[in-house]
Amino acid sequence: MTLSETHRTIDAIWRIESAKLVAALTRMVRDLSLAEDFAQDALVIALDHWPKTGIPDNPGAWLMTTAKRRAIDHMRRRKRQDQKYIEIAQHIDMFTEDHIFDGEIGDDLLRLLFMTCHPVLSQDARVALTLRLLCGLTTDEIARSFLTSESTIAQRIVRAKKTLNTKKVPFEVPTGANLQVRLSTVLEVIYLMFNEGYSATSGDHLIRPLLCQEALRLGRVLAEVASDEPEIHGLVALMEIQSSRLKARINAEGEPILLANQNRVQWDRLLIQRGLAALGRSQKLGRTLGPYSLQAAIAACHAEAPTVQETNWPRIAALYEALFRVMPSPIVELNRAVAISMAFGPAFGLQIVDELNANPSLKNYHLLPSVRGDLLVKLGRFEEAYAAFKRAASLTHNERERELYLLRASECKTDS
Amino acid sequence: MRFMLIVKATIDSEAGKMPSKELIDAMQKYNEELVKAGVLLAADGLQPSSNGIRISYPEPGGKPKIIDGPFTEAKEMIAGYTLIEVKSREEAIEWALRMPDPHGFGQGEIELRQVSEIEDLTNDFEWIEKETLLREKVEEKTKS
Repeated sequence: MTLSETHRTIDAIWRIESAKLVAALTRMVRDLSLAEDFAQDALVIALDHWPKTGIPDNPGAWLMTTAKRRAIDHMRRRKRQDQKYIEIAQHIDMFTEDHIFDGEIGDDLLRLLFMTCHPVLSQDARVALTLRLLCGLTTDEIARSFLTSESTIAQRIVRAKKTLNTKKVPFEVPTGANLQVRLSTVLEVIYLMFNEGYSATSGDHLIRPLLCQEALRLGRVLAEVASDEPEIHGLVALMEIQSSRLKARINAEGEPILLANQNRVQWDRLLIQRGLAALGRSQKLGRTLGPYSLQAAIAACHAEAPTVQETNWPRIAALYEALFRVMPSPIVELNRAVAISMAFGPAFGLQIVDELNANPSLKNYHLLPSVRGDLLVKLGRFEEAYAAFKRAASLTHNERERELYLLRASECKTDS
Repeated sequence: MRFMLIVKATIDSEAGKMPSKELIDAMQKYNEELVKAGVLLAADGLQPSSNGIRISYPEPGGKPKIIDGPFTEAKEMIAGYTLIEVKSREEAIEWALRMPDPHGFGQGEIELRQVSEIEDLTNDFEWIEKETLLREKVEEKTKS
């Protein structure tokens, strides 16, 4: 192996092992920054040793032992200076043995995830810290994913770790009623990560899908360690099914293609099946479906339909209604209007849309007049449709969308 | 990127001989590890080639020839596969190295192949469109 090959191999091993290392070390020293330092130390030692000695048979265990030794040395030194470490240092013997079972590693990862997604941190900080510590991405990779500078991300991460330290955020899985609240924050971070990659139509083409993959990977990991939480499976299902459309949703010019116009043959069947299986696991737990599971169920209806016409629209409309109950939002209601119109005719959809027109929060939302215009065209009310598309065009900030709305408006003129 | 870890067939696997309990346990543990790391997409073992069918086209433009198994040359055949989604080629190799020796007796062999994405093959969008149409037809046929 050449030196650069060895380094690339070490990179790959690091990717597989780093989250486990940081998690186990955080449990040991109760300090995220220190834990990451020790893990990094082990990596530096590996980078120095392995090119000479060859890669050990069990590189993960090698890294773990090396990092723990560093941690123990550190604690012995600190013991004399710092009261805080006395108690930990008394128990260091238990860390010297390799007694950690898989279950414990899973639990440590979960604790770490609850820490990096803690509500004391800003949304941006949660995402950056999670990508760094649980996905093992470099600050450079995170910066490129978010189209920002490496120093911004580095600072964000340093500050986040400092905040966790000063606020004394514990390394634990919350219990009781708190668990559901905190879990929803964790799921939110993962979904945010996913959407950041998914909704991007600009930027580095290789790096942005990385966010989708990382979010999905983390979701799958989480689904294994906390398998009795239906919403985790719901989120995984939603991400698997959305990922199945990654390739079909952009045309040759890099412009987004609406679901209805996508070439369904390009959808990834394997990911759809995985998504349906994850949704099945969520439903099997037998609790009321939460927002992610419901969105996944809607996505599943589309995924299973061979064409737009053959889609189970009544079921989608019902699912949107259920979603509205757990996540009351006018945008959900607007989606329900579309589903209702597909299921029962445009007049019924229009009724809901007109009720939404009175909602002040959607006053400047271009999709509302756009949907309205669409329904009016179907009803042959071209003059009103013309006005609706004109309004949609005046509200959107996207130049291409504006052109599209104006085109549709002009079509209303010729049709009438 | 996706990689397929292909486990080659051996005389034993071709004879339909069950692997040892130790190997089955080790494989199961390995698969669990892949699942826990969030990288496993699919994994299956295949029946021996005695239950297989081969279709060949010996004459260009001619009719296909259908041959029932078993086939010879175990090394050229597949006993199972594992499909993983990873970030790099090296990561795929690292995971493959962690797979237990699939057969023992000096016969174990795993082949790694990267799954091609449609974009890898060509940047010719006209070609992609044609290819997509073709796949569409194939799907329609499988459905009917």
